[in-house]
Amino acid sequence: MTLARAEQASRRYGDVLALDRVDLEVRAGELVGLLGPNGAGKSTLMNLLVGLRRPSSGRVELFGGDPRDPASRRQIGVTPQETGLPGTLRVGEVVDFVSAHYPDPVPRAELLDRFGLADLARRQTGGLSGGQRRRLAVALAFVGRPRLVLLDEPTTGLDVAARHTLWDAIRAFHDDGGTVLLSSHYLEEVEALARRVVVIGQGRVLADDTVDAVRGIVGVRRVSLVADDLPDLPGVVRSERVDGRLHLLTTDADELVRALVTAQTPFTDLEVRPTSLEEAFLAITSGNVTSGDEPSGTGRPTTAAAGGRPTTV
Amino acid sequence: MQLALVHARYQLLEIIRIPVAVFGSAFFPAAAMIFFVVPFAGEDAVGATYATASMVTFSVMSANIFQYGVGVAEDRDQPWNPYTRTLPAGSAPRFAGRVLAGLVLTYLSLIPVVVIGATLTAAQLTPAAFLLALGTVAVISVPFTLMGLAIGYSLPSKAAIVVAQVLFLPLAFGGGLLSAPGEAPGFIETIAPYLPTRGAAELMWAAVGDYRVEPLALIMLGVWVVLLAALAGWAYRRDEGRRFS
Repeated sequence: MTLARAEQASRRYGDVLALDRVDLEVRAGELVGLLGPNGAGKSTLMNLLVGLRRPSSGRVELFGGDPRDPASRRQIGVTPQETGLPGTLRVGEVVDFVSAHYPDPVPRAELLDRFGLADLARRQTGGLSGGQRRRLAVALAFVGRPRLVLLDEPTTGLDVAARHTLWDAIRAFHDDGGTVLLSSHYLEEVEALARRVVVIGQGRVLADDTVDAVRGIVGVRRVSLVADDLPDLPGVVRSERVDGRLHLLTTDADELVRALVTAQTPFTDLEVRPTSLEEAFLAITSGNVTSGDEPSGTGRPTTAAAGGRPTTV
Repeated sequence: MQLALVHARYQLLEIIRIPVAVFGSAFFPAAAMIFFVVPFAGEDAVGATYATASMVTFSVMSANIFQYGVGVAEDRDQPWNPYTRTLPAGSAPRFAGRVLAGLVLTYLSLIPVVVIGATLTAAQLTPAAFLLALGTVAVISVPFTLMGLAIGYSLPSKAAIVVAQVLFLPLAFGGGLLSAPGEAPGFIETIAPYLPTRGAAELMWAAVGDYRVEPLALIMLGVWVVLLAALAGWAYRRDEGRRFS
């Protein structure tokens, strides 16, 4: 069953085309990551799906209805921006306020406990730390026992421990049969949670595939070196020469270096670095790689974010 | 309806947690009572009653212009507002809640004026007239609520504060609120009937005393209500179009 759907949805703000004929289907039980750099159109797509905005053309559906109809939103949960919590209200009051909109809300104590906020019920939200506010904001998405939660960059700005607490809560919800659409510009986050990734860039869906497949595209590495002429090398997505240094974007740095050595090409000052998501996205949009032809070897270096540090754009 | 009450309750909570906000709209009319009404009209029962009614009108006007003008404009800056629209309720309960909360705060802001009138002046009111005056307050809140909404939905919060401040004093003086009925300086008597404050004040005077309202002021009040409703409706739809369409 499809819980949320966008069909050729476009959204224009004045002269800017924020979304360009996007197709997306979120089926019951899925945990879908929406990955893309800032300004790619993730939030616009989220806003269409929760009924805050209308598509300029195309259609969006939530539980088979128009997201702008309040009845269609009865089974979704959404996270407010953490900065938007009313500062003078207490944590418990904010939860009660949101609960009042649902027929069968999760009891306050249970919800706060699940998100590690039990001790803070009487604190005003303005006095919470950034991490606590973020946890409260995410908790609010779960108040109404939703079937689908839409989380727009839920862990941006959180430290590692807080991020893992939130991930556990999201996973637990998914394990109970809940459906999640989560946007992020952290590859690590999408990898940790989602099976399916939708990569968005410049308002378009660039890839919609399994995490492994997308990791192959996004896990592009930058090999740079000083050399005069290079032989044909495998897996090069893009190459450029800046100030005498050659920069090669490749999907398989190991193989490239091996080929370089085998060909006995003279080179100096070799560097292999993970690329930023933005570079990887640029590589995708340049049209050299599509989701169909990424290498799938097992000896490949893993992701750009394998070092544990999220790759931000 | 139930949700409107929920929204009203939490909006009131938010405002009351910063008591200065409530204090602000009550202060000026209360100060005017102490400095102008008590020394000059305090001894005369009829004059003091009318003057207190004028200050109540003043208070209703400033409370509504400020809380809607500035409150709505500030709300539009907050991401919490769009979040509430993703809840399964739509925008109506929040709007209704805001108007309910506004009315409650308007009544709250009248307390100092009424207390000063009752204790420090000779103003007198029968219980029936008091109830009538309470009802009249809700009626005369309408034009000023609409004025506040028009300001709040059409201007950013910093501009809204300035416009609200620029508007409320001329409206009070120009409507003859700081003079006894019919005894304002000549040019004010000429322009007063054309300002919404005058029609509102006349209704209050008629509620608390033996005052015959001037038809021109009432007609103009009606015209103002229509104009301000159109303006507020336009500003609201324009804001919706910008942020939610």
